[in-house]
Amino acid sequence: MKLVTAIIKPFKLEDVKSALEAYGIAGLTVSEVQGFGRQKGHTEVYRGAEYKVDFVPKIRIEVVVDDGDADGVVGVVVKAANTGQIGDGKVWVTPVDQIVRVRTGEKGPDAL
Amino acid sequence: MIHLAAVQPPVTAAGDTAWVLASAALVLLMTPGLAFFYGGMVRGKNVLGMLMQNYVAIGIVSVLWVLVVYSLAFSSNGFGGFAGNLHQFGLAHMNEPVAGEAIDIPPLAFVAFQLMFAVITPALITGSTADRFKFSAYVIFISLWVVLVYGPIAHWVFSPEGWLFKKGAEDFAGGTVVHANAGAAGVAMAILLGKRKGWPKERMRPHNVPYVLLGAGLLWFGWFGFNAGSALAANNLAGYAFVNTNTATAAALLGWIIIEKIRDGHATTLGAASGAVAGLVAITPAAGFVSPVGAIFLGLIAGAVCSLCTTIKFKLGLDDALDVGAVHLVGGVLGALLIGFFGTKATGIGADGLFYGGSAHLLRLQAEGVGATVGYSFVATMIIGYVLKKTIGIRMTDEQQMIGMDESLHAESAYDFNALSAGSFSGTSFGSSSLSATIGHRTEVQA
Repeated sequence: MKLVTAIIKPFKLEDVKSALEAYGIAGLTVSEVQGFGRQKGHTEVYRGAEYKVDFVPKIRIEVVVDDGDADGVVGVVVKAANTGQIGDGKVWVTPVDQIVRVRTGEKGPDAL
Repeated sequence: MIHLAAVQPPVTAAGDTAWVLASAALVLLMTPGLAFFYGGMVRGKNVLGMLMQNYVAIGIVSVLWVLVVYSLAFSSNGFGGFAGNLHQFGLAHMNEPVAGEAIDIPPLAFVAFQLMFAVITPALITGSTADRFKFSAYVIFISLWVVLVYGPIAHWVFSPEGWLFKKGAEDFAGGTVVHANAGAAGVAMAILLGKRKGWPKERMRPHNVPYVLLGAGLLWFGWFGFNAGSALAANNLAGYAFVNTNTATAAALLGWIIIEKIRDGHATTLGAASGAVAGLVAITPAAGFVSPVGAIFLGLIAGAVCSLCTTIKFKLGLDDALDVGAVHLVGGVLGALLIGFFGTKATGIGADGLFYGGSAHLLRLQAEGVGATVGYSFVATMIIGYVLKKTIGIRMTDEQQMIGMDESLHAESAYDFNALSAGSFSGTSFGSSSLSATIGHRTEVQA
C-alpha cells in the first residue's frame, strides 16, 4: 500500500476532491497547512511598516491506496491541481507497512 | 445627598439636558470602541489584556470621578489655581451651578458628560503601552494619573476658572485635555516600559483588522457626542460641531490613504480606520471654532501628517506600539494649532484665525495651551511611572510577554478554535507531576 500526500493551493481543493471521487478512491484526509516553496511568502503593510509573511496557506491531502492505484491517483491530483502558476504544490508517494480498520479490525488492502 | 433634597437645583432647559445626557451615553461607547480599535491591532494572545485595560478604566475612573476628580476638574479654583478645590468632593453641593459655566443643564448631567471624557483619556494611553504593562501596575497608574494629571489639566482648559481658559486658549472638546495629554503620557510610558520583547525584529501583525474597523466605527459614532455634545446645548453650535466632526474625519480618512497609496502602493483598511481616528482627534479642539470647509482642510492635513508620523517611532527606536504619539499627540496638537489659522467667529464663538483676518495672538495662545498641557502631562507621567517602576515594577516578564497577557495575566484565552485545547482537563503545569482537573464546580488536584 502507498500513502499519496499532496500539497495544493487551497482554492483547488474542490477540483481535486471531485477528480479523486470520480477516479474511485474510498476516502481521503485534508488538513490546512502553511509553508513555502519556490513561491515564497508575500509582504503586508500596516501603517507603513512592511511585514514579510514567510508561510503561505496550503491544503494537504492524504490518501492511502493499493500499490497499483498510486500512479493513477498521483496523475489525477496533478491534473486537477494544476494552474500553471508558481505555487501549485507537490505530490509524493511513500510506502505504508500496515493499515487497520478500527471498527472491524480488518487489515491490509481489505481495510482501504 | 442631603443637599439635593434641601435646595432646588437651578432651572434647566429640557432639550439641552436631553442632548447632553444622550451625548454622555455616546461618549461612553467610545471606550469599548477604542478597546476594539486597539484590540484588533495587537496580537491574538494579548487582545483580552487590551480589552481589560480599557474596560477597567471605565470602572476605576467612574468611581474616582464621583469621589474626587470631578471636583478637582470643575470646582472653583483651589490649590493656587492648580486644580479645583474639593467643594464638590463626593459630588456634594450638586444644587449649585457649575463654577463659571453659563449652561442650562443640571449639574449632574454635566458631571455625567464630563466623566466620559475622563474615562477615555487614560484608556487612550493603553495603545502606547500595549502588550507589556503589568495589570496591577496599570490599575495603580491610571488611578494616580486621572487624579494628578487629568484633573488639573481639565481644570486649566475646560473650567471657566482655569488659567488657560481665562487667557482665551481654545479647546472645544479636548484636543489638548484629552488627546495631546494622553498622547504625551503614552509616549512617556512607552519610554519607561521599554520595547515589547522582540520589537522591532519580530513580526507583530494586527490579529484582527475587522475589529479595528468596527472599533473605529464605534469611535466615529460616539464622537458626535464628544464634540457636538460639548456645545452643552442643543443649538446651532452643536450643529456646527456635528458637521465639522464628520467632515474632518472623512477628509482625514482620505488624506491617510492617499499618503499610503503614494508611499506604499496600497490603500489599506487599517489606514482608512487610522485616518478617520486622526481626523476625529484633530477636529476635537476645533469642532466649534472652524467652518465646514475649514474642517475639510484640517482633516486632510491631519490624515496626511499623522500617517507620515507613524514611521518616526522606528527611527527613534521607541515602541509606541499602536501609534498613540503619531495619532493622538500629533493629531491633538495639530488640531489645536490649526485653530490659529482656520478659527472663525462665524460659528458664534471664539476668535478669527490668521486665514480669517485675525492676528497671530490666537495662534500664540494655542501654542501656549499645547505647551502647558503636553509639558505637564509628559513630566508628571514620567514621575508617576518612574516611582511605580522603582517600587512595584511596571513591566511584564519576558516569559509573560511570550505567553501573552490573556493567559499570563487574566487566565483566559480569547479564541477557542483548537479542539485539542478545549478539553475539560487543564494541565496548569502540563508535563510536570501535578495535573488539575475541573469537574463541574469542584476542582480536584492530584499530585
